[in-house]
Amino acid sequence: MSNKFIGQSIKRVEDKRFITGKGRYTDDIVLPGMLHAHFVRSPYAHARVVSIDMTEAKAMPGVIAIYTGDDVADINGVPCGWQVNFRNGETMREPKHPMLIPTGSTAKHAGDAVAIVIAETKAIATDAAESVMVEWDELPAVANPAEALKPGAPKVHEQFPDNTAFDWSLGNPIEEVDAAMAAAAHVTTLEFVNQRVVPNAMEPRAYIGAYDEMADKYTLYTSTQNPHLIRLLMCAFVLGIPEHKVRVVGPDVGGGFGSKIYHYTEEALVTWASKQIGQPVKWTSDRSEAFLLDAHGRDHVTKAEMGFDADGNVMGLRIKTVANMGAYLSTFAPAVPTYLHGTLLQGLYVTPKINIDMTCVFTHTVAVDAYRGAGRPEATYLLERLMDLAALEMGMDPAELRFKNFIPKFDGVNEPGYQTQVALQYDSGDYAPVLERGLEMLGYNDFRAAQQEAAKTNKLLGVGFSTYVEACGIAPSAVVGALGARAGLYESAQVRVQPTGKVSVFTGSHSHGQGHETTFVQVVADKLGIPMEDVELVHGDSDTVAFGMGTYGSRSLAVGGSAIMKSIDKVLEKGAKIAAHKLECAEGDLTYDEGKWTVKGTDKSIGFGDVALTAYVPHVYPAGLEPGLDFSSFYDPANFTYPFGCHIAVVEVDKETGKTTLKRMIAVDDVGNVINPMIVDGQIHGGLAQGIGQAMFEGTIYDENAQLTNGTYMDYCMPRADDLPLFETDRRTTPCPHNPLGVKGAGEAGAIGSTPAVVNAVIDALWSGGHQVKDILMPMTPERVWRAMNN
Amino acid sequence: MLADGGKALSGGHSLIPTMKLRLNAPDVLVDVGRLPELKGISVDGSELVIGAGVTHGAIAASDLVKKHLPMFATGASQIGDPSVRNRGTIGGSIAHADPSADWPAMIIAADATIVMQGPSGTRKVKAEQFFTGLFSTALHENELITQIRVPLHDGAKMTYQKFSQPASRYAIVGCAVVKSADGKLRVAFSGVSEAPFRDKKAEEQLSSGQPAEAAAGMSILSDHYASEEYRKHLANVYLNRALAAVA
Repeated sequence: MSNKFIGQSIKRVEDKRFITGKGRYTDDIVLPGMLHAHFVRSPYAHARVVSIDMTEAKAMPGVIAIYTGDDVADINGVPCGWQVNFRNGETMREPKHPMLIPTGSTAKHAGDAVAIVIAETKAIATDAAESVMVEWDELPAVANPAEALKPGAPKVHEQFPDNTAFDWSLGNPIEEVDAAMAAAAHVTTLEFVNQRVVPNAMEPRAYIGAYDEMADKYTLYTSTQNPHLIRLLMCAFVLGIPEHKVRVVGPDVGGGFGSKIYHYTEEALVTWASKQIGQPVKWTSDRSEAFLLDAHGRDHVTKAEMGFDADGNVMGLRIKTVANMGAYLSTFAPAVPTYLHGTLLQGLYVTPKINIDMTCVFTHTVAVDAYRGAGRPEATYLLERLMDLAALEMGMDPAELRFKNFIPKFDGVNEPGYQTQVALQYDSGDYAPVLERGLEMLGYNDFRAAQQEAAKTNKLLGVGFSTYVEACGIAPSAVVGALGARAGLYESAQVRVQPTGKVSVFTGSHSHGQGHETTFVQVVADKLGIPMEDVELVHGDSDTVAFGMGTYGSRSLAVGGSAIMKSIDKVLEKGAKIAAHKLECAEGDLTYDEGKWTVKGTDKSIGFGDVALTAYVPHVYPAGLEPGLDFSSFYDPANFTYPFGCHIAVVEVDKETGKTTLKRMIAVDDVGNVINPMIVDGQIHGGLAQGIGQAMFEGTIYDENAQLTNGTYMDYCMPRADDLPLFETDRRTTPCPHNPLGVKGAGEAGAIGSTPAVVNAVIDALWSGGHQVKDILMPMTPERVWRAMNN
Repeated sequence: MLADGGKALSGGHSLIPTMKLRLNAPDVLVDVGRLPELKGISVDGSELVIGAGVTHGAIAASDLVKKHLPMFATGASQIGDPSVRNRGTIGGSIAHADPSADWPAMIIAADATIVMQGPSGTRKVKAEQFFTGLFSTALHENELITQIRVPLHDGAKMTYQKFSQPASRYAIVGCAVVKSADGKLRVAFSGVSEAPFRDKKAEEQLSSGQPAEAAAGMSILSDHYASEEYRKHLANVYLNRALAAVA
């Protein structure tokens, strides 16, 4: 193999169409005879449908059909893809999420749909939906997960009066942890909220269902992160259609951040309706619906305690968390607070005893599911807030406290991986260097001097640290199967060498901003020793790509890329047989480099293109060898991958107003080997912005009726460029020992490490001004910071 | 037309969002955005005349404004973001009368006059009297704002100090202070109360050499981003910052 492209910051080949407005998103697709849908939705978080009067709406010109819950009673609800049972073995409670709420039933969150109105234009459908008269009987509602557990709280599902979906624990027996905490010289206790945030992909969800009567085949165009998974869920669990009679296409998709992993009711409804009517049906979410209905993220209420001995060594960790699941269990929802969160709660510290106690509850809110980082940001937030606070409380340096407690270096090759107290075995790690590099970039000693000077002025300075480890590249199928996953989490790839030596690569990964069309092609071109222009990447269409589990959990290169590597190996293996035959030598006498096979020690060689042509025009050809040069592979990873890093925030706090300015954001990440440094930097930058957004700006606000009161961009604050400093990033490289590219994944790291660093920095600033506060609720609005200084 | 369920549309930055949320559904929209009579910035005698249809961006970039009313240029440059500034107009903002909009504090402090035209002719109202309550003004339904006329304030110092709501970038507190050449102060606030207002009490306290209490006796807004107590505190902080800027 050559190394022309791997490790190079090749400009993204997909950007030409994106930045010139030539991308083709679902809403750009116009099919002949296409109709438009709009939903009649519950204005209440909890209300019984007393009656639905469609008389006026049905009579409006241009209205084609209106369906209600009674029309779709035979369709199953959208399924949950992960089962986590109660710790006593009782089965997870899994309420049906009906396609449309029928008369007599109750809507369980604001925006729950009662009817789909289909019309010739979106405007007509919207007007008609407004004319559908629904009589509602409003019922009490609860949005806060801790409130939902209290006696007498409004019930989300009558059959589950305690509002509990399941409870779960992990780690050492609680008695052992209690004993460790009792013996600790110091215990840092922190009660906090990891608030609910809205994913806010730039492209709202959009779907087109189209039924072809002649072929008896459906096509669903969908703004999704995993077309094949949507096909599987919709065919096998919801609509009961044979899988080969459905084509699912995820064209250009403008961001997902997790929210487009899941199968939503609207996808199934437009698909179903297209057959009822015999015309394609499109639905595009507006931004208000996106705020209300895209699965949200985070939403934990936690009490965490960390015990230390007199020297600052961690002795134990005890955690009690209530996690909000929303009204229904979304596709991956049960895994997020459990196996993607609890298993990361050792972080990168030697911790003798850990116990995690999770209670996952229903509320009258839209579902909570994986959102960039999915459980690992929550775990990192908890640990890193404890670490910095413990250092302040014990009068220790927060960096020194971490160095003291880091798990020692292990490469997973010469030493085994590191077995944690909470089920996972980290693959490779070398934690001290990322913090050392971060401190060097910060200029730590100078900073503390500047902080002391600032404390005399109106602007306090603070620094916050966060060192994280996360789990990417999900995941070994047998492992996740044992943990309740109802799917495997491998990936497929096909490498099809065309007769002229040009290469089409079909991947089950799905790019919706990650730059796969560049990164994956860099890998293929280098491994085959051919120009990048000779390789195309095909993804996002279930009729052309054999199968796929899609893109989330920073898995695409580690899992999807590994599947491609397997197929490339098969291509080169067969190519060598053909080359040896043509060159009249033994395969073992050949080397492959720069796109040609050469007989060792001679100048006799044959190029990749000639071998490809021979494979398809097999006139002079090895006996018994099949023609063609086209290989498919499935790759099931041996383990998760475990990137890690150090994020450091420096803030300035205006004492008069409480306004926080993020002055510096330093990120030193170790994501394993890097194929395209520019794309990895971009992923880190985007993740940092998102993590900073949670710390400083973002967060849902529900009122006492469980209504989202800040579901617009006028009220819900997204981080903007002028809110952020120029990011200072660097990398360390500890290769993944168990996949062929040595890559770990970079999509979520920025969002995982940054949030606690920013909050820690504000707390540090306040302590420097004499305000010894333990916590400030996120987002740290100026008023919250001001109150922390003036309570 | 305007009296009969119609609405005038210029930059659309106040009206269109309400229509998208289906809170407003006028039968007729009349695009006044290209009327030449509403455009242009000029000096007329002792006044700077800004057409109601001039965008915030054009005001921020105007050399005439920078020369005679620098507060208007820097204030305009803090409205929303570039796309808002390139579409939204001063007349539209004033007519909409969002309590947190930036223009009201500035035009009140600068003692501007709003010129309105209706079927029965032209009317003028001082900015100080124009804003009558939450989203309500002295403008009649059948009238259109045509001009904002502002005294030139030669030799005066002026400033607009703003604490932004982070999402919308409207003013949680917007404090405009004009200090005339003879030292007289005019103080006005946006964002603090249900309507923008001239803070005469603060002016009086300051003119008698006392420390001023901002927004004394006013009802104070409260929302997710700023409670009544915090907003009142910010009004004082921003009054002091504004006074420091014109000192």
